[in-house]
Amino acid sequence: MIQRDVLVVGAGPAGLAASIEAGKAGAAVLLVDLNMQPGGQLFKQIHKFFGSSAHRSGTRGYDIGEQLLREALEAAVEIWMQSTVIGIFPGNKIGIERGMDGKEKELVTVLARKIVIATGASENAIRFKGWTIPGVMGAGAAQTMINVNHVRPGKRVVMLGSGNVGLIVSYQLLQAGCDVAALVEAAPGIGGYAVHAAKIRRAGVPIYTGYTIVEAKKGKDGCVCGCIIAKADDKYDPIPGTEEAIECDAITLAAGLKPVMDLPKLAGCTLTYSSAFGGYIPIHNDRMETSQKGIFTAGDAAGVEEANTALEEGKLAGISAAEELNLISKKKADILRKEIWERLVSLRSGPFGERRLKEKESVLKEYAKRAGIPAAEDQEVEKCH
Amino acid sequence: MSLINTGYLEYEELKAVQKLPGKERYKKGPVAVMECVQEIPCNPCEAACKFGAIHIGEPITNLPALDGEACTGCGACVSKCPGLAIFIVNKAYSETSATVAFPYEYFPTPMAGEKKKAVNRKGEVVCEGMVVKVMNPRAFDHTPVVTVEIPKEFADEVRSIQRG
Repeated sequence: MIQRDVLVVGAGPAGLAASIEAGKAGAAVLLVDLNMQPGGQLFKQIHKFFGSSAHRSGTRGYDIGEQLLREALEAAVEIWMQSTVIGIFPGNKIGIERGMDGKEKELVTVLARKIVIATGASENAIRFKGWTIPGVMGAGAAQTMINVNHVRPGKRVVMLGSGNVGLIVSYQLLQAGCDVAALVEAAPGIGGYAVHAAKIRRAGVPIYTGYTIVEAKKGKDGCVCGCIIAKADDKYDPIPGTEEAIECDAITLAAGLKPVMDLPKLAGCTLTYSSAFGGYIPIHNDRMETSQKGIFTAGDAAGVEEANTALEEGKLAGISAAEELNLISKKKADILRKEIWERLVSLRSGPFGERRLKEKESVLKEYAKRAGIPAAEDQEVEKCH
Repeated sequence: MSLINTGYLEYEELKAVQKLPGKERYKKGPVAVMECVQEIPCNPCEAACKFGAIHIGEPITNLPALDGEACTGCGACVSKCPGLAIFIVNKAYSETSATVAFPYEYFPTPMAGEKKKAVNRKGEVVCEGMVVKVMNPRAFDHTPVVTVEIPKEFADEVRSIQRG
């Protein structure tokens, strides 16, 4: 059995930030991720990031990714790619199917003093007639195709969903040389930032708010050849008689993301439901520690947001894990945490952030109530069930 | 606001949200037009301006406020705005024409001297435009800033060119 001070699961912005902070403090950090390359979604983010200029905003996502990888190297973080955590067992033992550079995978058990779960989020699907026809895909998949693999998902794309993902990926499809035949949004208004919508509008993309996709049409080749859209009622159901046909060879779905909860569930973390954060998330405190002592969370796994907040939460988790390992003094950790929380509050301010700001507060409160000291009674109750 | 439903702002709506340069300022030459209309956490434009003409302050969700007198219309902020929402408008370009500079992240990058169809905020073609300048230094990080010459009456409308 291998022993490490900190095991971080997920090499996206949150996991990298946590690893870097813990590594800088002197912890032996192992970062594992099931993908081919570290960086999570950062390397397909070819746009310049929003945020504070003091924190790399105005910088393209892939450049932020490169910088984090350099910092991880400097902090002596050990990274295992193509490696999947297959179990978390009592006593912080973690079963990992370790990728061996093309050779057969090896099963390794790691004993970790602290664990950070930063497994990110997965895309939501939307079902409509024909949604399984080749050519219907998640917006994230289309983004990976164009920005990582340099393959167009189609010549003419219909995007469903007007959150920032739908708007940004539409723009990037245009940059990749695709036409975006329509952006369809069931809600009466655009969900994401107006400036992102304005970019694709002036590029000539029609935006259909208050519309939904009824059906994907299958062509002779068995793939998508078009879709039927219709006006949506207040329950987002199509209104009969309002159908319109649009020709396209790809349909991309940007219907939000939900936190990946497999590992927190395995580890027995208490979860709570949060619509603002995309689904079930582990309750945690302001150190990002879950209801299971020694297990931290950060990033989209702790509530779907964006890369800036993921980075800050990752730092919180890394610093707090290092503090518990007596590698950082409480005084220093408190100062760092205070600064990070100030930045998080500013990132969660304004009309787009205030709901997440409030909901994060209530997650912390729920932690205090359900996982606080002394050892929560309700956990005893749960064990009885 | 029509923006929320359609993805673009009518000029009148924009004027209601953002303080735009006045007639007197336009007479003096190129100036930045900030089409940033929502309180989102973002402030790189503030640091991009070495003349201190853009103010956001705290909290960073404040809308940027432009000091038209301090702004030289240099365009440094245009490529820095992640929202591609800053334009440089020069209504004093000539007797009959104005120029509009905008960020343009599509291939092929236009070249000075090319004629292009100029489009408004809705992507509709409003007039012919002549590309007079393309700035694409390393510091702009792959966001070329393209300046087109257009008839003066379209200076408040034209915000890009047709792709391709």
